[in-house]
Amino acid sequence: MIDLSTRYLGLRLASPLVASASPLCESLDNIRKMEDAGAAAVVLHSLFEERIDVESHHLDRYLSHGTESYAESVSYFPDLHDYNLGPEGYLEHIRRAKAAVDIPVIGSLNGVSTGGWLRIARKIEEAGADALELNIFYVPTDPALTGAEVEQMYVDLVRDVKRSVSVPVAVKLGHSFSATANVARRLDDAGADGLVLFNRFYLPDFDLETLDVVPKLTLSSPHELLVRLHWVAILYGHVHADLAITGGVHSAGDVLKAMMAGARVAMTTSALLEHGIDHLVGMRAGLLAWMEAHEYASIAQMQGSMSYRSVAEPAAFERANYMKVLSSYALRTPPRPGAGR
Amino acid sequence: MPHGERARLTLDGNEAVAHVAYKLSDVIAIYPITPSSPMGEWTDQWAAQERPNLWSAVPAVVELQSEGGAAGTLHGALQAGALATTFTASQGLLLMIPNMYKIAGELTPAVFHVAARSLATQALSIFGDHGDVMAARATGVAMLASSSVQEAMDLAAVAHAATLRARVPFLHFFDGFRTSHEVAKIEPLDDEDLRALVDDGLVHAHRARALSPERPVVRGTAQNPDIYFQAREAANPYYLACPAIVQDAMDALAARTGRAYHLVDYAGAPDAERIVVLMGSGAETADETAAFLARRGERVGVLKVRLYRPFPAEALVAALPSTVRAVAVLDRTKEPGGAGEPLYLDVLAALTEAVAAGSAPFGRVPRVVGGRYALSSKEFTPAMVKAVFDELEAPRSRNHFTIGIHDDVTHTSLPWDPSFSIEAPDTVRAVFYGLGADGTVSANKNSIKIIGEDTEAYGQGYFVYDSKKSGSVTVSHLRFGPRPIRAPYLIERASFVACHQFEFLGRLDVLRTAEPGAVFLLNCPYGPADVWDHLPRAVQEELIVRHLRFFVIDGSRVARDAGLGGRVNTIMQTCFFAISGVLEREEAGAAIKRAIEKTYGRRGETVVRKNCAAVDAALAHLHEVNIPERVTSTLAPRSPVPDEAPAFVREVTARLIAGDGDLVPVSALPADGTYPSGTARWEKRNIAAEIPAWDEGLCIQCGKCVLVCPHAVIRAKVYAPAGLAGAPAAFKSAPARWREFGDARYTLQVSPEDCTGCGLCVEVCPAKSKAEVRHKAIDMVDQRPVHDAEVASWNFFLGLPEAARARLNAALVKDVQLLEPLFEFSGACAGCGETPYLKLLSQLFGDRALVANATGCSSIYGGSQPTTPWTVNGEGRGPAWANSLFEDNAEFGLGMRVALDAQATHARALLGRLQDAPGELAAALLAADQSTEAGISAQRERVRALGRRLAELDTPQARELASVADALVRKSVWIVGGDGWAYDIGYGGLDHVLASGRNVNVLVLDTEVYSNTGGQMSKATPRGAVAKFAAGGKATAKKDLALMAMSYGHIYVAGVAMGGNDTQTLRALREAEAYDGPSLVIAYSHCIAHGYDLRHGMDQQKAAVLSGHWPLFRYNPALASEARNPLQLDSKAPSLPLKAYVYNETRYTMLAHSHPETARRLLAEAQNDVLTRWRLYEHWASLAAPGSPVGTGP
Repeated sequence: MIDLSTRYLGLRLASPLVASASPLCESLDNIRKMEDAGAAAVVLHSLFEERIDVESHHLDRYLSHGTESYAESVSYFPDLHDYNLGPEGYLEHIRRAKAAVDIPVIGSLNGVSTGGWLRIARKIEEAGADALELNIFYVPTDPALTGAEVEQMYVDLVRDVKRSVSVPVAVKLGHSFSATANVARRLDDAGADGLVLFNRFYLPDFDLETLDVVPKLTLSSPHELLVRLHWVAILYGHVHADLAITGGVHSAGDVLKAMMAGARVAMTTSALLEHGIDHLVGMRAGLLAWMEAHEYASIAQMQGSMSYRSVAEPAAFERANYMKVLSSYALRTPPRPGAGR
Repeated sequence: MPHGERARLTLDGNEAVAHVAYKLSDVIAIYPITPSSPMGEWTDQWAAQERPNLWSAVPAVVELQSEGGAAGTLHGALQAGALATTFTASQGLLLMIPNMYKIAGELTPAVFHVAARSLATQALSIFGDHGDVMAARATGVAMLASSSVQEAMDLAAVAHAATLRARVPFLHFFDGFRTSHEVAKIEPLDDEDLRALVDDGLVHAHRARALSPERPVVRGTAQNPDIYFQAREAANPYYLACPAIVQDAMDALAARTGRAYHLVDYAGAPDAERIVVLMGSGAETADETAAFLARRGERVGVLKVRLYRPFPAEALVAALPSTVRAVAVLDRTKEPGGAGEPLYLDVLAALTEAVAAGSAPFGRVPRVVGGRYALSSKEFTPAMVKAVFDELEAPRSRNHFTIGIHDDVTHTSLPWDPSFSIEAPDTVRAVFYGLGADGTVSANKNSIKIIGEDTEAYGQGYFVYDSKKSGSVTVSHLRFGPRPIRAPYLIERASFVACHQFEFLGRLDVLRTAEPGAVFLLNCPYGPADVWDHLPRAVQEELIVRHLRFFVIDGSRVARDAGLGGRVNTIMQTCFFAISGVLEREEAGAAIKRAIEKTYGRRGETVVRKNCAAVDAALAHLHEVNIPERVTSTLAPRSPVPDEAPAFVREVTARLIAGDGDLVPVSALPADGTYPSGTARWEKRNIAAEIPAWDEGLCIQCGKCVLVCPHAVIRAKVYAPAGLAGAPAAFKSAPARWREFGDARYTLQVSPEDCTGCGLCVEVCPAKSKAEVRHKAIDMVDQRPVHDAEVASWNFFLGLPEAARARLNAALVKDVQLLEPLFEFSGACAGCGETPYLKLLSQLFGDRALVANATGCSSIYGGSQPTTPWTVNGEGRGPAWANSLFEDNAEFGLGMRVALDAQATHARALLGRLQDAPGELAAALLAADQSTEAGISAQRERVRALGRRLAELDTPQARELASVADALVRKSVWIVGGDGWAYDIGYGGLDHVLASGRNVNVLVLDTEVYSNTGGQMSKATPRGAVAKFAAGGKATAKKDLALMAMSYGHIYVAGVAMGGNDTQTLRALREAEAYDGPSLVIAYSHCIAHGYDLRHGMDQQKAAVLSGHWPLFRYNPALASEARNPLQLDSKAPSLPLKAYVYNETRYTMLAHSHPETARRLLAEAQNDVLTRWRLYEHWASLAAPGSPVGTGP
């Protein structure tokens, strides 16, 4: 019998299929469906501290705006009993999710202030989350801020959060570091129990007609998997933290590749948004079918089997690979008339 | 709880009354009207929170479509055995009167709580007097008057208790604003007190009398001459018993609380010779004044009437000291043409009858005079009370006098000495000047609660608001002292004055009330060392002469640094506590933070943190200023209006603007409520910190900014290059982009002192710089550096010629921007979504329009004194505007149409009969085509010519024709109002008027909520939106008024949203006006009650259209005659999820936060509403028109 189980953040999971943070997780029904479809764990949508602050600020501003100015309308809205501003709604969601499913429920947090990260992390733990994922979405727009300073902020944050909570802590990283491996090592040293590669940032687009900057959300595509495979394969064996891949995981084959690169779990969202939660059923079946056909007995067997230290040609992961890929691409693309010079 | 151990509460009169009414009712039927609305809002909120009444049930609170509806529901609920109540005022009470006769006639226990308010006569007034309750005195209800917040709670309970026993319904009233809105520390009644008053057996008896098929009866029969009279008299025993029942209830209350009330209460010298009789809050002032004078040895007293109906004549006579020689009865109402006002006549009759019967404690009728006081919340001060007592000393006291005004026409007024004061020296008396936007009033309300709850001291707060909704000034009057404060009048001797806005110093005499040695706290950008040089001369003088202590703080900076924007409230509040010493500094800081947590805690930790940080930072920035010995300033206050203003504006309006309206004599005011148009232009309020600046090189001259400006402060003109001669240096101009105007110049100009800084124009501007897209053809800039230059440019701009209307294409927004607006500089909210439509209407049809305006926001910003935005063009023509009532506006407008048509018919008939009329002129007048501007202009010329000819003739027939000849020029009748009017209270009339087929134009400014009264739900409120009376989100869909009107087939109907498609708005208004029949244009109007930054109002309108919430369409019956489908859709199928539109607005997001599951459900249902309606409209629009071979849909 094929063993799909894996360990991630100290949790024993029935398979490496994990539903990653997305709006789908805002609904308990969806979380139940994910469990039924074969997700071995679920990462809840992120709690954004900044969003709470902004919502509080807006609510206060607009509930107050125009009040106590004119005798007939000293206010414009009824005074509602509770606005659930702050993390309480999210915490309640964790509690209800835990009660609804048997698979591990991982909370996800995006903070802005150190105090906010720590305060809310503790609350997420108290609410019953099995682990915590730190979704660090930080855009260093200040030209005076150095890469070293940014990295140190990450490290300090992870260390502080680890000191505050006892549940395992994973860090979801972006891939814009000069020295990703070094950052991973330092986060590992700071106590991170898991590293999730990589965050996908929503980048603004331009509207050429209105000359406005507009938000744009695109779902991930399978080609995004490659950069993640690349870095997991490099990091495998160099860090104690469990590695996870998120982004570009759309099929059973993608999961297999993730495992072979060295990931403990493969997280997927876009595929579920695109094809529905039941897509997980097919992914799990695909895993089993492939493993059976290729006579793999367990996931553990393949984990890291194609990592940097395990492949025949480590150079494929190094710079030389760049040239190789480029030339192969050039060979596949017929020259366009007039395009060359 | 026994008296003496009771908790005390700080609250206002409305909340105090609502508490009792809620506890003692099963059914509460409500409809919003100022100043009673908060009572309904409280009860609705408590019901939403499922608070129980005295019998552990949650009362059913229902909002009706009008007060008439509320009274009908009340009547029905009573008939079905409920304990029922309602709250109202003014016109609302008038609408309840028919049911009051019924409810009383059927001897049904009920209580009407009334925040007494003036009636609309020569003008509407939202303020307090007894005009409304006096109009209800003949209905058969018992009437009980309260004088203070404490009494309002106590006597509310007495009313509920007594009505059950007496079976006579009660009207319990207290003074609008003065008591309904005064915040005071009182001893509240608890459940046990109420249980002690209300006999459950009487409740059961009431239920047993209810209609029930188990024991059927009939009520409301029709009676004939044989029995009606006797049956009326059959109720007499109930009325005879009523006063004793009320006294019993008062005694029961006294036994519980120690507060003794009587049907009439006497206070003053036991051997008084001069006595004043009155009801309501003025009785408190009179009582305190009489006590003050009596201590000085004057033999004066006050008789406070608490039960007014059934009139307690015996108790009144018995309560008077036998020494009485002269009585002044003060009525807070006016009954023109009467022998006297009601209370005066009642007292006179009581005394006369008692003396005649020999039952009076005095041998002959004392001298009795009547006087009127305090209409519409006019101040009634101890000095005025003293003046009345003084008058009674005269051997021939004036009768039918007035007090509190200067009547130089019929000379009714008594003089008074304003320097007379009885303020207790051990009270802190603080006056705060603030802006509505800076939170001053909220902070002061918190301060009273802090002092009320954290100390033994008593507090009182009263708040005076502006008549403008943008840049509005608030004045807070706070008293604190060791005893209950019984001073229901504004502070005239302040021991503390705070001015929260530095700019006020130049236009308001903020130190007017400061007593010698008082403290003055100023929020200003200057420090203690340099502030002196920036003070106006008058302020310096007052600081020196009155030996004031002077403190400054740059509170605005502290607020900005703390992330609070312009809200300086908690900062200034902290300074008040620190300086006044009402509480120890540390204690005060902690108390303010507790209040912040209580007030803002539910809005999130971050809001609390910011405010607390501001409290911590405040005192470090507070400085006392050493006052120099000599006045050095040359800064003089600005004149309220310029010298070139018309005489009425200079002599009357200017005094109102300056806040001296109380000093205006009777002779200065029109007797019939008729005021000149075009006065807003003289009131330069200068409230915008930022104004738009024009980049003439970037501008594409599209006119969108001019179109959307709610205040008509950004305007465009096209003129010959020679017009630039003499232009100020900063005046800007560009080549006009109109081919037909040749080498003309174009200028876009803003009026800096009329702008409110809303930013709508900048948001709607489509022209962005190619090098830096954030720079547009208009950007907001700091006003101060450009003020002088822009004022000069604006004045020059006004002198440039207006465009010739005949040369413009009124179907193009680009051309319409050049039409002179005849609606300008209103006091509407900054960024108002209604006023752009009115301004557009005035541009298109203003010179021949009559406007019937329903009461509401548009009547307030359109007609509130001191100035009016409706104005005239260079020829003196402009919209003629009138407001009748809230409920009757469609009919009011129809009346105008019918009259105009009748006059036109009469004029045409006279013209035909007039023998000496020039034949050609008469024929031309009768056959004139007035479908175009040119045609109307030509007809005006003909009417002028006719006028000259008729003047020459000067025969009776000619004079008759001359009086109606103007009707020969086409007039445009516009019936304007909000959704509260059109969807709710006025719907019956609107439906009838539309059905009539008459040529009237209805413009509904749909804000989807009662905006003017503070955001109550109307039937236009969309599903899922939170509003007052819909605290859990409105559960039903918005009424489709358009669909209902379209079902008639003969009505022109359009749904427009200027931000969705401005050209369609323009087209709809023009088609509606051109249609020879009734037309209805429903205009999406963004509103402050939607809860977002209104500078994005037009974007949000667009989102409303794209989401399908607000489809754009026109239904033109005229098309049917061309065998075309009358319905044309002007917007596309919904392309934006409804969620993306609604969740930009607090009215929706607050539900998503507070009740996420409900919000999700209502959103899904609302999304379904949108799609269903779209499919219906789309299907209709695609149908083949009758008589056409194929479909004519889009």
